[in-house]
Amino acid sequence: MSTTLEAPASTRGLVEITKVRKSFGTTEVLKGISLTVEPGGVAVIVGPSGSGKSTLLRTINHLEKVDAGFIAIDGQLVGYRVKGNKLHELPERDILKQRTEIGMVFQNFNLFPHLTALENVTEAPVVAPRPEKARLSQAEARERGLELLGRVGLRERAGAYPRQLSGGQQQRVAIARALALDPKILLFDEPTSALDPELVNEVLDVIRELAKSGTTLIIVTHEMGFARDVADTVVFMDQGQIVEQGKPQDIFTNPQEERTRSFFSKVIEPAFNI
Amino acid sequence: MSSAATRTAQSPAEKPAPTETPSPTEAQAPESQAAAAQTGETQAAAVPAGPADLRAAVDYADYRLVPARRPWRWVGTVLVALGVAAVAWSLATNPRWEWGVVAQWFTAKSVVNGLVETLKLTAISGVLGFILGFILALMRLSASPLLVSVSWTFSWIFRSTPLLVQMLLWYNLGYLYEKISLGIPFTDIRFFEAQTTTLISQFAAAVLGLTLNQAAYSAEIIRGGILSVDQGQLEAAAALGIPAWRRSTRIVLPQAMRAILPTAFNEIIGLVKGTSIVYVLAYSELFYTVQVIYNRTQQVLPLLLVATLWYVVITSVLSVFQYYIERHYSKGAVRTLPLTPLQKARKFFATHAPASTTGPANTAGRK
Ligand SMILES: Nc1ncnc2c1ncn2[C@@H]1O[C@H](COP(=O)(O)OP(=O)(O)O)[C@@H](O)[C@H]1O
Ligand SMILES: [Mg+2]
Repeated sequence: MSTTLEAPASTRGLVEITKVRKSFGTTEVLKGISLTVEPGGVAVIVGPSGSGKSTLLRTINHLEKVDAGFIAIDGQLVGYRVKGNKLHELPERDILKQRTEIGMVFQNFNLFPHLTALENVTEAPVVAPRPEKARLSQAEARERGLELLGRVGLRERAGAYPRQLSGGQQQRVAIARALALDPKILLFDEPTSALDPELVNEVLDVIRELAKSGTTLIIVTHEMGFARDVADTVVFMDQGQIVEQGKPQDIFTNPQEERTRSFFSKVIEPAFNI
Repeated sequence: MSSAATRTAQSPAEKPAPTETPSPTEAQAPESQAAAAQTGETQAAAVPAGPADLRAAVDYADYRLVPARRPWRWVGTVLVALGVAAVAWSLATNPRWEWGVVAQWFTAKSVVNGLVETLKLTAISGVLGFILGFILALMRLSASPLLVSVSWTFSWIFRSTPLLVQMLLWYNLGYLYEKISLGIPFTDIRFFEAQTTTLISQFAAAVLGLTLNQAAYSAEIIRGGILSVDQGQLEAAAALGIPAWRRSTRIVLPQAMRAILPTAFNEIIGLVKGTSIVYVLAYSELFYTVQVIYNRTQQVLPLLLVATLWYVVITSVLSVFQYYIERHYSKGAVRTLPLTPLQKARKFFATHAPASTTGPANTAGRK
């Protein structure tokens, strides 16, 4: 798997999700999802709670194993290797390597509370095994970490522990942490849902910047205005299926499916009518 | 009596310098009510209606804040001090404690040797016990049903057998199994073979018994600590590609430590005194040594006191360690670390010292 050379920038971060199925016990949470996100593209996934959005994101970096179907990044299978006509799960170490190319930002930040902001950012580049890249030394990681904290506007708070930071600041540190491994793809699972309303924008602004940077972004969010701004594709999920997808202007103004229409009428109308 | 009420009680005339407020709170209460009633009346007369009556009559911004007094704290402090003094007095003056004998034996060579043995047993079985306990905890939390059940069975057996019985079993292992050998089962191949009695000395039996027993208990303590760490931490670490061992040691364990440490120190302190159980092996640690001495000299009480004082010393030292280790692991868990006793003392002297010594005040403030 590691024989493929690094793809040229234009094809870095192509995500292909093909007929993915996933059940927890007897309930099927993903019912055959297929979705392609072009390199550097921004896909925003929306849908009611429990529709499987988080589960789908987690299958992309193999935090959740799929039951059927497959996911490929730049043509490489995630979590598996082809042998004959079977897919064999990769050993832990290779999965870790793949994950370093896929950054993830969580709803609850999940920063390491006993490490400073800078230590949170520098931990992975120093210890994670990476494909075709050496681990960074402490000094290199530190320099890069400070640069990334600067990029999210928190260079001055490098020595602060997460609990000494506001929610918005914590999420920005979490974004810097995800960026520290130069991922091809960034996954955001409701990055602003745990934030007070006045802190939402400082995080969204950082993501807006990333959207221009050529990294592929897959974002689950309830911020419809933001989705309209940054998305190349808006994907509407309900009950484990993709009901509809399209360009934001099309899907927001002229949804084809009844379920999409009724969801948007609940999420968007109240906000605009107030 | 809240400070707010105390402040309302000040009449506007006193406003510029509400000097000291030494009057007892009881005396102040009626006064404040009267004042409130009064202002209420006059305002009601001046302003006909509306929420205006509720506004503060005076601008209190320049008033000095007086913290609420806690008289019961002082009463409690005095009572405790009296109690401690009484106990100290009786200890010092009752001749039956025989302090002279205590002093004579406290640093006697045999007692110190016993003390060293106690410390040795505690340190070795404590460290080995917690290492084994950590492994058992990881096994118990692993996905493998085999490892889970092995770990569970271990804890089950060692927690349900009296330590005394375990000790005697280990020491008398030679009676059950004459030889101990390492080889391939069901073949004649042996890499190593020895007489059990030569292999299991008193010391080995003591360490074995204490360690295995300690491991069973610490496994549960460590498991509890690990479970107290949010699952999201592991997930975030896995998503970053951090290897499994590093996830355990760098991400989970330091956070689990906060839950583990208080109970772990309880265990270690218990172990210090628990080592005295090896008297059944006639192993001369501190307590056994003291027993041997008083059986000979009949000075039971003072010699028990010698052992007790040493246990107190060990426990005190451990408690200091506990304080600083817990403080270390609370980094990031609290917004600001509390001052250490040393820092507190420095701050106290800095703030209570004459104005000329401003240096220490600044350092204490910055800390
Ligand atoms: N580990 C799990 N075990 C059992 N059920 C789960 C698990 N994770 C998610 N689910 C269930 O799967 C469904 C989809 O969850 P999720 O992907 O979190 O939805 P969303 O993110 O769209 O709100 C929910 O009904 C949820 O209860
Ligand atoms: Mg979710």
